Amino acid sequence: MATANTEEEKSKSEQQKNHGGGGGFTRWAVLAVIFRLILIYFPGNLNLSSRPEVSTPLTSIRRLAEGYWLKQSSMSPYAGSMYHGSPLLLSVLGPLTVKRTILTYSVANAELKGSLVTFYADLISGILIRATGWKLQMTYRKSLKSLNLLNKSTDSGGLSSGDIAALVYLWNPFTIVACVGLSTSPVENLFTILTLYGAATGIAPLAAFGWVMATHLSLYPAILIIPVILLLGYGPDAPPSKLFRSKENGKVGDDTSSQDIIFSWGRVLHLLVWTSMWSVYVLVLCSISVKQHSSLQEMFQRTYGFILTVEDLSPNIGVLWYFFAEVFDFFRDFFLIVFHSNILFMILPLAIRLKHRPCFLAFVYIAISSMLKSYPSVGDPALYLGLLGLFLDELADMQFSFFLFCGYVGVSLLSPVMHNLWIWRGTGNANFYYATAMAYACFQIVLVVESVSSMLNHDRKLMKLSASKLQK
Amino acid sequence: MTIQIRKGKRATEPQCLGSQRSLNSEDLLFPNQTGDSKAAVYFQLSNGRFRPPPAHRLIAHHIVDTIAPIFFRVSRTMWLPLRLTLLLLFLLLSPRALLRSGSAAVVSGEEEEFHEELLLKPLPDRKVLAHFHFHSIAPPSKSNGRHHHLFPKAISQLVQKFRVKEMELSFTQGRWNYERWGGFDPISSNNAKPPGVELWAVFDVPEDQVDAYWKNLTNSLSGLFCASINFLESSTMYSAPKWSFRITPGRLRYGTLPREAVCTENLTPWLKLLPCRDKAGLAALLDRPSIYKGFYHSQRLYLTSNASVPAETVSGISLEQTLTVVLQPNSPSSSSIHSGESNFQPSWSLSSIFGRKISGKCVLAQSSIVYLQLEKSIFSEQKDNMDNGPNSLASEGFAGGSGFEMSLDPDIVIEEENQSQHKGSSVLYGFWVEKYNESQPFDLGLKWKYPVFWSSRQAPLHASRFLMGSGNERGAIAILFKSANSADSSSGSRHVSDGCELQVDVFQVVPWYIKVYYHSLQIFVDDEAKPIGDFVHKIQVSPSKDKTSPGMMEMLLKLPCDVRSAALTLEFDKGFLHIDEYPPDANQGYDIPSAVISFPSFHSVMHLLSNDSIRKSPLLSRFQEKNRVQSYTEVLLVPLTTPDFSMPYNVITITCTVFALFFGSLLNVLRRRVGEEERYLKAGKKKGWLRVLLSRLLAKLRGKPMEEPDQPSSESAPLIGKKLVLKVILVAVLAVAWQFYST
Repeated sequence: MATANTEEEKSKSEQQKNHGGGGGFTRWAVLAVIFRLILIYFPGNLNLSSRPEVSTPLTSIRRLAEGYWLKQSSMSPYAGSMYHGSPLLLSVLGPLTVKRTILTYSVANAELKGSLVTFYADLISGILIRATGWKLQMTYRKSLKSLNLLNKSTDSGGLSSGDIAALVYLWNPFTIVACVGLSTSPVENLFTILTLYGAATGIAPLAAFGWVMATHLSLYPAILIIPVILLLGYGPDAPPSKLFRSKENGKVGDDTSSQDIIFSWGRVLHLLVWTSMWSVYVLVLCSISVKQHSSLQEMFQRTYGFILTVEDLSPNIGVLWYFFAEVFDFFRDFFLIVFHSNILFMILPLAIRLKHRPCFLAFVYIAISSMLKSYPSVGDPALYLGLLGLFLDELADMQFSFFLFCGYVGVSLLSPVMHNLWIWRGTGNANFYYATAMAYACFQIVLVVESVSSMLNHDRKLMKLSASKLQK
Repeated sequence: MTIQIRKGKRATEPQCLGSQRSLNSEDLLFPNQTGDSKAAVYFQLSNGRFRPPPAHRLIAHHIVDTIAPIFFRVSRTMWLPLRLTLLLLFLLLSPRALLRSGSAAVVSGEEEEFHEELLLKPLPDRKVLAHFHFHSIAPPSKSNGRHHHLFPKAISQLVQKFRVKEMELSFTQGRWNYERWGGFDPISSNNAKPPGVELWAVFDVPEDQVDAYWKNLTNSLSGLFCASINFLESSTMYSAPKWSFRITPGRLRYGTLPREAVCTENLTPWLKLLPCRDKAGLAALLDRPSIYKGFYHSQRLYLTSNASVPAETVSGISLEQTLTVVLQPNSPSSSSIHSGESNFQPSWSLSSIFGRKISGKCVLAQSSIVYLQLEKSIFSEQKDNMDNGPNSLASEGFAGGSGFEMSLDPDIVIEEENQSQHKGSSVLYGFWVEKYNESQPFDLGLKWKYPVFWSSRQAPLHASRFLMGSGNERGAIAILFKSANSADSSSGSRHVSDGCELQVDVFQVVPWYIKVYYHSLQIFVDDEAKPIGDFVHKIQVSPSKDKTSPGMMEMLLKLPCDVRSAALTLEFDKGFLHIDEYPPDANQGYDIPSAVISFPSFHSVMHLLSNDSIRKSPLLSRFQEKNRVQSYTEVLLVPLTTPDFSMPYNVITITCTVFALFFGSLLNVLRRRVGEEERYLKAGKKKGWLRVLLSRLLAKLRGKPMEEPDQPSSESAPLIGKKLVLKVILVAVLAVAWQFYST
């Protein structure tokens, strides 16, 4: 129900964005914050924290509380198959989950504290997305200006793409549900966004920190190292380098001196050094926090191993749970390799084709991994939908956008219904719920493919423009 | 198998259990050819009270009855002549055997013993409890070696092979009604078992080998008792309780199968362990239809072996086989007469309950006693009811005088001395079965003259367990303790003060697909939520690991004595299994085994007035042991969600289609070039060798001739040829390697 409400809010906010003026951003951001606070302090329990869409085995706050309880009672937090997250998260979020006294008031208080953490994580993520957007837009305009391709019409449109992206992130019902539902995905998203922000603004230590933490928390952001290196090496998104080259060719006729395609190895080395430092730091912290009752090896087995060998077959919005519940045991390993390598196989082609747009590349990577990951939750689409807003100008002529919007709305409404029919009422079937998961996967595929295709088309358009300008 | 054991010493001992059945009929027909005769053992053991003609007949009859069905099942027509031949043979053999037995008894100081006892007890709700107790003892001895006179060889092999120190196996059908049938007496604490199979064993091996021994033990027991005990082999099915299940710690493993159906195929192997099987003695009462008709049926096997014996001697084993049944005596006559009084206790006799009578003791048993247990409170009530009952408490007066009538006179009357509490103490009437024979069978009957009311003694708290929540996603387990008798606890012997504490041990095993959140433990005392630390004195949890081990919780609660009710709740998530892991009837649901609730500060012990006969009787000495009061909760049935079992192919194909769609369309978008870009590609050609190679490859793929004016075409032809050769070689090497490694 809350999803439906927020869905309306989102559409409203988007209408507003189209008409709104410059002061619109702060107004809507504050509204989003207030809306979240209202939901958090809402007296009735929305019971979002146990929804399968919100809490996967990796992001569930109840499992985290169980892990913390085990740790407090001097056992390994990974004893049993409950907790599969990071030990650092456990020591930060764990104390907030404890019900100190039995009175209901303070129980609510503990939950409030937990949801305030996710609330702040969301807020910071929004701010960082906006800053990243600003940075991207500025550099992009600069490079366009240098190519003499900047048309004045983009200037006049009220909100900048960074503002829109931040608002989309803040007002996205998926984000709100993940925040109010007390999953740990807002925190994971925060670190991913921090990585992008650090890389886009050229702060290598920050990017390294974000990347190490995001990888530590959920493994899949590990592939973001390629866009981060490209971002630091080449700088933020720009039109294809060929344009600059051809422009210089046209101007000077000398192809050796091209300023923009220098790959700055220094910053990348800087990043790598910082990455290794941060990872050593995180590993040391982890080993300190787990050394009493377990070991680092157990931690890796219980976190990364759990992600890679899809052990938990409880339903989620992904496709792998049902597949591995049904597939014959003999083929299990084969399909595990196939599905994980599906993510890895796309890394290189995408990186080659989109190397001039590392930020967009990062978005595509995030979208692909959130589609194919073992335990996806609504926090993952929240992140990539937010990042999608950063490329509004480039993706303006994307196909099927309305169809996709309707698809997302439809799936997010149908999926809880099917889950309810299957699990709670017993009138439905597992196939119903699985069908919505399939539809959702298909919509995500269409989104990724279409966005990549329209980004490439945009580049082609730019080339055509520059070519025509050169001919003039 | 049983033949072998009873046969005694034999020169060549078959090692394998199965091969023991290879004993052929010639051995039986000509016993004097195979060393010591079978009859020798029998006469040696029954020499105390030897009455030649009937005993002879009985033994021969018995042996024929026990042996013959095994070997002569096929030839039913040959039965009568064979029987006669055997009888004749035994009659001829007997003087020799008698002589030999006298000398044998002198040589071995300690002998194997066998006792059989039966306890009958009317229950408050018009039912009758029959508790059979068979006790076999094999003393530690060097002389006997692996041979046994009476003791079941299968069990002694089991103990020696798997180094079992202590073991209990129970097969149960039905639930023990703790509220009506009592929760404090030794029978309910020791013999009330959870439904299905329960097995626990303590091993005398190093800790790291215990699991291996347990697995072997379960498989052997499975074969021995025709039950699916081998399912306890899987590590998801057993656990290692530390302190809550047994007080004495040890290398203990515990497993239950709540859904095991118990029936005659489990009883027959159990009876085979008895020296007389069900052919003579008290076990002859075990008429299958009548005992399986009952409300509760639990057959149990408990063995202890004394540990730390030298390697060459065989450890002594004590084997206790009990069968507890609760039956409803059907007495239509009494109910029709006293139709107005529905609470009139039914009169019954052994023949009316079991449909059989005891025709003498099992000759191999050292003692064979039937006890009738009655609550003392019955007599006190009678005293209140009737004015003329001042002398009714005299032991002789019971039988004839007051509210009930026994068809036979008891041989011994044992009173329980219970100073502290008047309620719950009882009187035992003992009957020697050896006095009776086939012509005068033992058929104890009890007839009530007046309606009597009494209630069995309860455990301090009555525990029950139930599930909360709906749907197939999550739920909660609740264990509810209710004070058994609030009036009694407040005004009774226990002094209520602030310091008074009631200790309760909870031991609960939960299968792994019930994912319990132990942090969600809540405790409600007298319907009020209370902080856990105030009542949970000690808690130990070993959380469940997916597909590896069950979750186990051990908890020591300390509740105030005047507590009326206490409840524990634990939330859980229901797991989702792979389709192969679902049983055939997946929609029936899954069982959570019973939790064990015990009260360490309460002991179920009968203080009987000391007597020589009590010391001899294993049943009564068992009653006099100090055991803590223990009870089992209900088995819970949890429905789990099922996937569509018919879908694997559809799911695989559809999912793979989606993945292919993703992969194909994205790759297609990435490699698509629009008209001008082709020209760019060609125009932007550089001198780099990689690029040249790539373009050449592309051109070849497209089937277009390359336009490279600066490179001579003659050079490329041998190059390609070399490549081709290389490729062929590569493929060949790969094929050879594949062939090599795949075989």
